[in-house]
Amino acid sequence: MTYAWDWLIFFKPSVTGEGLYGWMLVRGLGWTLLISLLSWLFALALGTVLGTMRTLTNRWLAWPALLYVHCFRNTPLLVQLFLWFFVVPELLPPAWGTAIKQLAPTTGQFLTVVLCLSLYTAAKVAELVRAGIEALPPGQRAAGAAMGLTQVDVYRYVLLPQAFRTIVPPLTSDFMNVFKNSAVALTIGLMELTGQSRQLSEFSAQSFEAFTAATLIYMAVTYGVVLVMRHVERRARIPGMLGTASG
Amino acid sequence: MIAINNVSKWFGDFRVLADCTTRIDKGEVVVVCGPSGSGKSTLIKTVNALEPFQQGEIIVDGVSVGGLGRGLPKLRARVGMVFQHFELFPHLTVTENLTLAQVRVLGRGKAEALAKGLRYLERVGLAVQKDKYPAQLSGGQQQRVAIARALAMDPIVMLFDEPTSALDPEMVGEVLDVMVGLANDGMTMMCVTHEMGFARKVSHRVIFMDEGRIVEDCGKDAFFGDIDARSPRAREFLSKILNH
Amino acid sequence: MTYNFDWSSIARAWPYLLDGMGTTLFLVAVAMVLGVTFGTVLAILRLFGPRSVAMLAAGYVNFFRSIPLILTIFWFFFLVPLVVRAITGNPYFAVGPVYAAIAAFVLAESAYYCEIIRAGIGSVRAGQFQAARALGMTTAQALLYVVLPQAFRNMTPALINQTVALLKDTSLVYVISLNDFLGAAAKIGQRDGRQVEMFLFAAAVYLALCSLGTMGVHLLQRRGAPSRR
Repeated sequence: MTYAWDWLIFFKPSVTGEGLYGWMLVRGLGWTLLISLLSWLFALALGTVLGTMRTLTNRWLAWPALLYVHCFRNTPLLVQLFLWFFVVPELLPPAWGTAIKQLAPTTGQFLTVVLCLSLYTAAKVAELVRAGIEALPPGQRAAGAAMGLTQVDVYRYVLLPQAFRTIVPPLTSDFMNVFKNSAVALTIGLMELTGQSRQLSEFSAQSFEAFTAATLIYMAVTYGVVLVMRHVERRARIPGMLGTASG
Repeated sequence: MIAINNVSKWFGDFRVLADCTTRIDKGEVVVVCGPSGSGKSTLIKTVNALEPFQQGEIIVDGVSVGGLGRGLPKLRARVGMVFQHFELFPHLTVTENLTLAQVRVLGRGKAEALAKGLRYLERVGLAVQKDKYPAQLSGGQQQRVAIARALAMDPIVMLFDEPTSALDPEMVGEVLDVMVGLANDGMTMMCVTHEMGFARKVSHRVIFMDEGRIVEDCGKDAFFGDIDARSPRAREFLSKILNH
Repeated sequence: MTYNFDWSSIARAWPYLLDGMGTTLFLVAVAMVLGVTFGTVLAILRLFGPRSVAMLAAGYVNFFRSIPLILTIFWFFFLVPLVVRAITGNPYFAVGPVYAAIAAFVLAESAYYCEIIRAGIGSVRAGQFQAARALGMTTAQALLYVVLPQAFRNMTPALINQTVALLKDTSLVYVISLNDFLGAAAKIGQRDGRQVEMFLFAAAVYLALCSLGTMGVHLLQRRGAPSRR
């Protein structure tokens, strides 16, 4: 192999004239974190609502939630992104479409990716929330109702707090997936971490170093997620209960 | 206080309750017994509408239970219920379990709810455990907390659904003691239980159910004293349960 | 809505789209077969291997679980030609992107499958393994004849779900301009100026294919689950 190693490439000025090569990765990481954290927050909120709806006996609420989850889980993320980016603006009323096209390109890309990733991840969160609620002993719902709590209060104070505790471990891997999935942003031109490493590799011809750096950064981010969720799990642990199993 | 008139309930084709009629007066302690699958737990759960029924009516303190809809929480708040598996909320401390519904349903202030909850916790002998979580308590202790939780709502009647059958034998006594104390204080109680000692000691009436029907509904003394006048099913049940 | 739909380009591009679907299904098949095979080996190493080997296997799995598939694909797109050229000694040897995609999917998916298979083996009661050993079987025999058959039955739903995920993941080869189904649809859409129709069509096809898998899982679970109370 005739490959010319150069680990100092990150400290050399970029051919684009936008500072050092290393800066490309920093900017990319910024986008990755911003997209992922925002999407995760929206997904948690929407997923909780949808997951709750799926456990209701009212089919006018349960059915749409089921349909949503099914559609968003059974199409590739990339296809969904293309639908939001290329298709939806064409189908909106012309005035809206024009307004969208007049956004600064980066703003439009960023908003599209956050929208897409939030809705996609919400379907996964919804499934977990539903499973968490359904795994609770049925007597919990009855006990809440027997005390006169309204259904909303039963969910708010009795069912959801317990469901969330049991689903922290699987939520962790969905949280990790948001960061990984945010890489699709590069396909519509938003240069997040993976996209920047690709550009770095092309501009500098130091592919090995570029991808290694991106890989290490992703591993650090994943480790950060694990630490955060471990902390959450510890904080949420109920004294006297073993693991997350209900007793 | 509670009037159950011709109540029937089906699970699909299977009839779980068949034309049940009885009443429970203020201050009365009624024990409901019968073999498993006889419908006794279902019957008690229809009283606070945890189980819907298709026919008949149930009137609690002048209010018809069927078709209450949004008024249900109000009724349920006045009917205390104790479950077989305690159903304390595991993610809340004992104190939080005691105050949650007082604050959310009755709209009591935090301090008032806490004072009331602690008073009943004291009464069931567990005041020192107030900051523990349910999983840190024994089964008997959890059930006593569950009773205190129901009492803190100032119920007009208490329903017990096999309150001791999930307990280890050595813990049954402590829970029964609390129930006896309640009965002696004049609380209206409807208890599904196999504890015939409890029935003998404090109940006024015994209802015996079999295959969804109320087969016997008579005074305690008649039920235990005049065995020969009882139906064959009741005699069989009694001989099994008393000899074991 | 003022958009004028015109679905005729789909009909005209039919052979091209079918070709793309062939590539997609080929990728899924290869990555599934090799992924499950390597995944099983990894899972066994993680559970029963010597400590150092188990840790190595765990590291492998965690590595692929923490980086985006697109980055993995880029890695192999860059690495595979390099390696092949080093082996053949021919610096101009051309390698199609499909090989990079296969390498990326097999390695990454075997990490995902490993986790499922590990959970599946864990779901078989420990007593089964002990009983097999008590009958005089070796560890390998106990695994092969007693534990794995039960494990695979338990984890069939999870394996199908992962394969559906794999089908969705294959669309990511778009980033190396490989003509899978999505790639073909995107190209035709761009050429004919009919991206709206093409992407809607692609979404419908993926939805139908994936629904087959998830509904199968649903049926399996309903049939297999013991009736509740």
